[in-house]
Amino acid sequence: MTDMFQFFGDEILLDSSVMHERLVADAERQGLLDVAYHTVDTPVGSLLLAATEQGLVKVAFDRQDHDAVLAELAASISPRILRAPTRLDPVARQLDEYFTGERHAFDVPLDLRLARGFRRAVLDHLPEIAYGHTESYAQVATAAGSPKAVRAVGTACALNPVPVVVPCHRVVRSDGSYGQYAGGEEAKRLLLTMEAA
Amino acid sequence: MIVKPFEQVVAEHGPMVLRVCRAVLGPADAEDAWSETFLAALKAYPELPAGANVQAWLVTIAHRKAVDVTRAQARGPIPVEEVPDRPGRAEAWTGDLWDALARLPDKQRLAVAYHYLAGLPYREIAEITGGTADAARRAAADGVKTLRACYPLEGAHS
Repeated sequence: MTDMFQFFGDEILLDSSVMHERLVADAERQGLLDVAYHTVDTPVGSLLLAATEQGLVKVAFDRQDHDAVLAELAASISPRILRAPTRLDPVARQLDEYFTGERHAFDVPLDLRLARGFRRAVLDHLPEIAYGHTESYAQVATAAGSPKAVRAVGTACALNPVPVVVPCHRVVRSDGSYGQYAGGEEAKRLLLTMEAA
Repeated sequence: MIVKPFEQVVAEHGPMVLRVCRAVLGPADAEDAWSETFLAALKAYPELPAGANVQAWLVTIAHRKAVDVTRAQARGPIPVEEVPDRPGRAEAWTGDLWDALARLPDKQRLAVAYHYLAGLPYREIAEITGGTADAARRAAADGVKTLRACYPLEGAHS
């Protein structure tokens, strides 16, 4: 009996990628695509990129487990999440340019709803650290308006929802060592070495 | 509670919904019905209760979309040859078992599609199509009997 119905399972001739694209386009048009995502390969590994209608909301490294990150976004923003590369095209292109050394600053709309309060103040300051330069956690604390909140700066950087694009990798320890990074110390080293070249 | 991103729902249940759409409507309308089913599901997804049977929920939506398509066709221009006596355009179907499935009476075809292609229990099918679970079970059994008589394929028997 089951063999006979195996036939129907094997007989799907329609192109599922075309149908998926159509679903994405329809969802976008009807304002139902709350979170679009895409993954891109970079020198620091596969990066998950996710954007709301407002802008880029999440960048995640491989080691952060992309499936787990998507599940978090489903819980914290909306479960209306689809793989939809088009919305991520501008940031994907700029990441390409960044990793080939052609681009020193990102210019894409950001949705920083996942960072509030002091964490948000830290993120607002980070793009002011120029390409190829670094600041210490203490310097960032001062710039963000709370000179004593050095540890909180560490937390804000570690929880930066949009690493690489908002350059928390440019924040290092006062002794010059790299310090923690969501993408791992090796990724931080790679980014800083690349920017210093 | 873990909420699945909708993409995962599409990946897990997309092929099943397509089989059901194709079985109920035929290949010409299957793609449209699939798209409309998942678009409607995407819209309603945030309100889906935790622990709901996603498979049954999707088939319910697909069933409604199929009914819509059938009604829309009934309102359209009447074909010169004859008015179709079942949803979809059965004459456009090709392929062995699909063809046999297309020729089944509506009740049998739906019961076979929802039970064997979607994997729903008869109780759930009765809720979608109306009638009782026993009636759905009988309809599926009759449908399968016809299919097997039409297609005594090599290795097709349990």
